[in-house]
Amino acid sequence: MGATKTVTDASFADDVLLSAKPVVVDFWAEWCGPCKMVAPILEEIAAANEGIIIAKLNVDENPQTSASYGITSIPTLNVFQDGKVVKTIVGAKPKAALLAELAPYL
Amino acid sequence: MSGIRDVIIIGSGPAGYTAAVYAARAQLAPLLFEGSVTAGGALMNTTEVENFPGFTDGIMGPALMEQMRAQAERFGAELVTDDIVSMDLSGDTKIVVDGAGASHEAKAVILAMGSGYRELGLPSEKRLSGHGVSWCATCDGFFFRDQDIAVVGGGDSALEEATFLTRFARTVTLVHRRDALRGSKIMQERALANDKMRFAWNSAVEEIHGDTKVSGIVLRDTITGELRDLPVTGLFIAIGHDPRSELVRDQVRVDGEGYVLVDPGSTRTSLTGVFACGDLVDHTYRQAITAAGSGCAAALDAERFLAASE
Repeated sequence: MGATKTVTDASFADDVLLSAKPVVVDFWAEWCGPCKMVAPILEEIAAANEGIIIAKLNVDENPQTSASYGITSIPTLNVFQDGKVVKTIVGAKPKAALLAELAPYL
Repeated sequence: MSGIRDVIIIGSGPAGYTAAVYAARAQLAPLLFEGSVTAGGALMNTTEVENFPGFTDGIMGPALMEQMRAQAERFGAELVTDDIVSMDLSGDTKIVVDGAGASHEAKAVILAMGSGYRELGLPSEKRLSGHGVSWCATCDGFFFRDQDIAVVGGGDSALEEATFLTRFARTVTLVHRRDALRGSKIMQERALANDKMRFAWNSAVEEIHGDTKVSGIVLRDTITGELRDLPVTGLFIAIGHDPRSELVRDQVRVDGEGYVLVDPGSTRTSLTGVFACGDLVDHTYRQAITAAGSGCAAALDAERFLAASE
């Protein structure tokens, strides 16, 4: 793994909800083609932006967190600020589109 | 910039990758733009592909695309995981601009952008997308374990999605505008024999209910106009595709639905040096194998064009 951080049901509160920086959580799974397509773009964004954390949560291994945020499509990107979801982006989008949507938090 | 190329290929489904295999073997050093989040094309969202010749036991869509990609790379095709955001195809030198703003030039261009999912066009569809409305059964089926869900559509993709979703869901209702399915006989029989499948014939989705997530859909009887509620927590939309020809519509001739028009029996478009293949031109067959076949034809047409213009 590169610049992104892996989070789990167990680490979610510490790594995401209590984070001082905004955290983008990428809900993904092995079987999801579009998740794989967007993964390298997220790595690039994570590497180039120190003000934000990009976290990856595998929905197959971490069903509790996915269920509690009502995830029914992947990839879904939820932006967390001060423990709350402030933005939801559904589906794989090109880098420029993601950067535009994430601009307020970068 | 490495100067003017022989050929640039735009799109990375079976058509684009096959064109790249042939163009690379013809030593045209093709440059192929795969798309930033669409590499592999429509088959990346499918499960088992059972009708691609040579795979006796079937192959998963993404695995098939990985192999085609590797085959193109093996012969020296240069693959770029980026989008093309604009094109100028009119001159002898074709210019395409990538997502990072860089221009690339070539004597010939092969268009293989494929097609994108058609939407129902309901406001609630966008609002609830990702909250019970989905376009990708393989991605999202997992979230609907033991739930009642619906698939709208009547063709092979709808049947494949619906049958796949019965692995997770309690029931899957197939909503179809007509009273008979359009898909292949084997897919129809499989769906009709599945005891988790239900069928809402002569029905169209009129509205999707739900504040923060899907709670049900309203079906309109396409004959009587009568409305009825169907309580479902998920709606998968598989009503077909539209050609992704937005970037070239005002440059090459397209038909009323946006499909790029080619000379009969060839892949030549209305512009010299511009060839088109795959789902972008095909509203009849739309199969992986026909897309691959037309990708091969486009590369051969481009090769002949380049040889003749030297």
